[in-house]
Amino acid sequence: MSFISLLWVLLLGSLLGLELIGKVPPTLHTPLMSGANAISGITMLAALTLIVKADGNVPLLIIGSVSLGFALFNVVGGFFVTDRMLAMFSRKPLNKK
Amino acid sequence: MNLPVIIKFVIDLLAVLLLALGIKGLSKVKSARDANRLAAFAMSLSVVGLLSYYLGTSGIAIQSWIWIIIGSIIGSLFGAILAKKVPMTSMPETVALFNGCGGMSSLLVALGVAIFPISGSPENFDFFKSLINEVSISVSIFVGAITFTGSIVAMAKLQGWLSTPGWTQSKVRHFVNIVFAVASLIAFFDLINGNTSSIWLLVIVSSLLGIGVTLPIGGADMPVVISLLNSYSGIAAAAAGFVVDSQLLIVAGAMVGAAGLILTQVMCKGMNRSLVSVLFGGSLSAQSTASSGSGEYTNITSCSVEECALTLEAANKVIIVPGYGLAVAQAQHTLREVTKKLEQNGIEVVYAIHPVAGRMPGHMNVLLAEADVPYEQLKEMDVVNPDFPATDVVLVLGANDVVNPQAKNDSSSPLYGMPVLDVQEARTVFVIKRGMSAGYSGIKNDLFDLPNTSMVFGDAKKVLNDLIGELKDLGVGEK
Repeated sequence: MSFISLLWVLLLGSLLGLELIGKVPPTLHTPLMSGANAISGITMLAALTLIVKADGNVPLLIIGSVSLGFALFNVVGGFFVTDRMLAMFSRKPLNKK
Repeated sequence: MNLPVIIKFVIDLLAVLLLALGIKGLSKVKSARDANRLAAFAMSLSVVGLLSYYLGTSGIAIQSWIWIIIGSIIGSLFGAILAKKVPMTSMPETVALFNGCGGMSSLLVALGVAIFPISGSPENFDFFKSLINEVSISVSIFVGAITFTGSIVAMAKLQGWLSTPGWTQSKVRHFVNIVFAVASLIAFFDLINGNTSSIWLLVIVSSLLGIGVTLPIGGADMPVVISLLNSYSGIAAAAAGFVVDSQLLIVAGAMVGAAGLILTQVMCKGMNRSLVSVLFGGSLSAQSTASSGSGEYTNITSCSVEECALTLEAANKVIIVPGYGLAVAQAQHTLREVTKKLEQNGIEVVYAIHPVAGRMPGHMNVLLAEADVPYEQLKEMDVVNPDFPATDVVLVLGANDVVNPQAKNDSSSPLYGMPVLDVQEARTVFVIKRGMSAGYSGIKNDLFDLPNTSMVFGDAKKVLNDLIGELKDLGVGEK
């Protein structure tokens, strides 16, 4: 991919983000923030790339692995915690035990 | 194009589509939970896509697998455990911590690529080969480091592990931060000129900048900062995408970056603060005591829990205004007990939710949902404000600045212009509060002086427990 086309990807991605998120009720802002935060852990792909391409370079493997750990901490934790919040919303109203 | 490339292309495209649908779905209560799972699925899909691509092209060495598995297991395990254990009241801190780790991940990727140039790889993986590569590595390190240290400071402050040091409220901090910023810039250009060793300077000064910018910000503004840092972590991910040449990373990072910005905007609006004043103005209390003075209360009426119970019993319509104090006291469940009793007596109960109640938009909704409060009873400010004149009793629990009439009446007040709940329009207002201390803004609340307002002093949980007892004695909710 040329740099210019990557810039286009960046631009369109940003516009998509603005458009998607412009219409969220305040109620869902915390879960949304937490969910979006989990998605930002997509750097795990960069960490994976680093590890695969390390070619036996141990320090690089370690850096990649630590980076992957941090990213997955963000991703897994983020999605779980968002799910926990949203599970509360989806409870049926007025269903008392 | 060979097969692995095509497969990866298709999977990436699908992942972007699903991520976009996921974010979209998160905007509706009904679809939010599924949408979150959809996004999680899209993320796993993207991992499968990447791994299958490498399996089909260069192959993945056993050694790499080992390190992949070690990193994945440790990271996922800690993430999952924290997500399950953390109390709902600490949500802002938790998001900050996760966020910081995302930033750290981008930082490490860029650092790894920068220090250990990889030979013989077909893609632009050689460090300093092109200007673009250098710039994206620098940006990734810069933004990643700020995100990491900023988020950790934000978390530590919200947890109460760190207080705001005095000097950070003086003008000195601007000078210090400018020094850090200039130093980052120097390191940045030095790097681009080919001086690899200045990468450490960049790491250090951008980390310090993250600390220096976040440390002076007061607790009330912290969610805005977290939201902004959330946006940064997206930008850091997009920068890392340029480093490793991945469109998927760029798209996802850009989407998160845009999301964080919008959210930040919304939060600022709710608190009547501009982003500039949040970032550079220091904590609000420091300003307000200097400018408008706090003033004395002249006409405080306090009353007993018993009186409060008697008034509630006679009411037809009750509005609850919950604030962060309620969450801190962990009293949302007790509150639910009280309102259940009132409802059983045929009293109409709704909860008025200010956009920034609980320090973060939507945080209060989460806390009340945890206590089984029906979603339909939560009313947003604009919906509930016209109802106050027809309301018999308003219970203000742990909220302060968001019910301050100064924001409407007093143009000299720092709060002026902030959207507030018009609780003073109701017939009777009870404010349950531990003492006369000011709210987060540090500003006197005129509501407390009004003749129709009575203060019930005490810890929210204890007062509500007593209230349950009193209501029981009155026979409320017994039928």
